Amino acid sequence: MSATATAHTNDNYLNHEKGLWSWLTTLDHKRIGIMYMITVMLFFFIGGIFAMLLRTELIAPGRTIMGPETYNRIMTYHGTIMVFMVIIPGIPAFLGNFVLPLHIGAKDVAFPKLNLVSWYCLIVGALVAFTSLFYNGVDTGWTFYTPYSIRTQTGVTFMVVGAFIMGFSSILTGLNFIVTVHKLRAPGMTFWRMPLFVWGLYSTAIIQVLATPVLAITLLLIACERLLGVGIFDPTLGGDPVLFEHFFWFYSHPAVYIMILPAMGIISEVITAFSHKTIFGYKAIAFSSIGIAAVSFFVWGHHLFVAGQSEVAGIIFSFITMLVGVPTAIKVFNWTATLYKGSIEFKPPMLFALGFLFLFTIGGVTGIMLATIALDVHLHDTYFVVAHFHYVMVGGTLMAIMAGIYYWFPKIFGRMYSQFWARITFVLIFIGFNVTFFPQFILGAMGMPRRYYDYLPAFTALNRISSIGAYTIGLGFLIALGVILQGIFAGEKAPANPWGAKTLEWTTASPPPHDNFAVEPIVTAGPYEYR
Amino acid sequence: MAQNKVAAEAHGHGDGHAGHHIVPMSTYVKVLFALLALTALTVAVARPVSGFDAGIFNTLIAFLIAAVKASLVLGIFMGLKYDKKLNLAIFFTGVFFLLVMLLFCLLDIYTRVHVQSTL
Repeated sequence: MSATATAHTNDNYLNHEKGLWSWLTTLDHKRIGIMYMITVMLFFFIGGIFAMLLRTELIAPGRTIMGPETYNRIMTYHGTIMVFMVIIPGIPAFLGNFVLPLHIGAKDVAFPKLNLVSWYCLIVGALVAFTSLFYNGVDTGWTFYTPYSIRTQTGVTFMVVGAFIMGFSSILTGLNFIVTVHKLRAPGMTFWRMPLFVWGLYSTAIIQVLATPVLAITLLLIACERLLGVGIFDPTLGGDPVLFEHFFWFYSHPAVYIMILPAMGIISEVITAFSHKTIFGYKAIAFSSIGIAAVSFFVWGHHLFVAGQSEVAGIIFSFITMLVGVPTAIKVFNWTATLYKGSIEFKPPMLFALGFLFLFTIGGVTGIMLATIALDVHLHDTYFVVAHFHYVMVGGTLMAIMAGIYYWFPKIFGRMYSQFWARITFVLIFIGFNVTFFPQFILGAMGMPRRYYDYLPAFTALNRISSIGAYTIGLGFLIALGVILQGIFAGEKAPANPWGAKTLEWTTASPPPHDNFAVEPIVTAGPYEYR
Repeated sequence: MAQNKVAAEAHGHGDGHAGHHIVPMSTYVKVLFALLALTALTVAVARPVSGFDAGIFNTLIAFLIAAVKASLVLGIFMGLKYDKKLNLAIFFTGVFFLLVMLLFCLLDIYTRVHVQSTL
C-alpha cells in the first residue's frame, strides 16, 4: 500500500494528554481501544480463574474443592464473563477500535463520543451483572434457559439486565464501524483496497447491529417474566420454553461469528505479512466474510435438535448449517495457498496464526459433525460439544487475539517485546490447549455429560489430563501477561514498521500521533503489495 | 443552508445533508391525526372492548393496523420517504431478518408433533 504519511514528532496519543481524567473522557479511538484492552484483560483474568477452579474440581470424581451449587455458579460466571465480557468485545472493541481508523487512513471513528459511551456501557453492564453475586449468584449457565432461569431464586435478573446493557456496547460499536467504513476512508481507499481485517470488522458490525437487539429484548422478557409473572416462556403460565431457545440462539449463534469473523481478519493480516507474499484470493476472502455473516442468521436451530424443536425444522437447520462450511473453507484454503512459496517468518504473531489454522479447522470440522442431526442426538450436551466450541472460541478467537496483540504491539505501544518469551507462551498455550480439550472430545463420545459436577470413575484419567492441560494454558497466559508488561515498560523502542508489512497503519509512527497521520494518506494501491 | 453545504463538502460529507427535505407542519399534523384515528380503530376492533370478533383474523387485523402506523412514523416522521434509497434498503434488511426469525419459529411451532406423555 502506497501512502504519503510518516510522522516525525515525539507527540503521540499516549503522551498527548496526561492524567487519569484525560483517559476516562478521551474521544481518541486509540485510547478507547487501550481502555477496552485493560478491561477485557481484567475480565479474562477473572474468567480464567473460574476456569481453573472448575478444572480443579473436575480433577477427580466426587467433591474436590467445592460443592455442586458453587460449581454451578462458577460455571455460569466463567461462561458469562468469557462470552459477554471477553470474546465478544475482545477483537472488535479493543483491536478493532485501535486499528480500524488507521487501516483506512482516518483520523478517528465516525462517532467518537458514541465510542466512549460504548465503553461505559460495557463497564456499567458488567457492574450490574456482577451485582448478582450479592443476590445468591447465578446458576443457570450462560444460556439462561427457561423455565429454570425464571424460577431459580438467584440473581438472574441482575445478570440479564447487565447483559442487556452490555449489548448496547456491542450495538453502538458495530454502528460506529459501519459508518466509519462507509464515510471516513482516505482518498483512494476503495472497498477493494481495504485490508481484510476491515472486511472482517465490517461483517461483524452487521451482525452486531442486526442480531444483538434480539438478545436484548429476549433477556428483558426474562426479567419481565421474573418480576411481573408474564407468561412468555414458562409453560405453567402458557409460555413456550423452546421459543426462548429460538430467540436466544437467533443472537447467540451469529454471536459466534461476532467472535470469529474479526479473528479471521487478523489471521489474514498476519499470514500475508509474515509470508511476505500477497494474499491469495483477496476478493474471495472478503466475500466469504460477508457470506458467513449472512448464513449465520439461518442456522441457529441446530442448537435445538433435542430441545423439542420439530423434526422438519431440525432437518432444514441441519442442511443450512452445512453451508457455513463453504465460506469458511474458502478462507482456510486461501490462507494455506498464501503460505505456499512464501518467505515465511515464524515470529510470535505467525505462530499464533498457524496455531489458529490448526485448531480452528478442528473446531470447524467437529461443528459440521454436530450439525448432522443423527450424530448430534448422541453427542448433544456432552463434553464433545464443550471441546468443539472451545476449539472455535479459544483455539480460534483467543489464538487470533494473541496473534493480533503480538502483531500490533509495536504500533500500539511503540515498544518491542521479548520474541523468545512470546514464543514460549505460544508453545505453552498451544500444547496446553490440546491437552485440555482433545480428551474432552473422547469424554463426550464416551457419554460424559457437560455441566455436571460429578462423573463416573471411568472418566477420571481423561479428566485429570484435561485439568493438567488447563493449568498449562494458565501458565502460558500468565507468562504472556509478563511479556506484555515487560514490553510496555522496558521493551526496546519499535520502529514504524518492524515487520515490513504493507497496510496503512505501518506508514505512521509507532506509537501513532494523536491524529494518526502527520498528513492525510493518499492510497494508490491495494493493501498487500508484496510480490 | 448554503454555508452548511460548503462546510459539509469541505469535510467530505457533501452527499445528502445539504439536500435535507423540509416536511410542512400540516403534513405532520395530518399524520398525527391519522395515528390517533388508527389507535382508536385498534381499540375499536379489540374483542374485549367492542365485542368485534373476526376469529383467527383478529391478530392479523391488529398487526395490519400497527404496520400502517409504523409505516407512517418511518416514512414521514423519520423521513425515510424523502431520504436516500440506501437507508430504505438498510431498513428493509432489518425487516427481512426479523421475518427470517419469525418464519423459522413459526415453522417449528406448526410442524411439531405433540405426543401425549405416558409418565
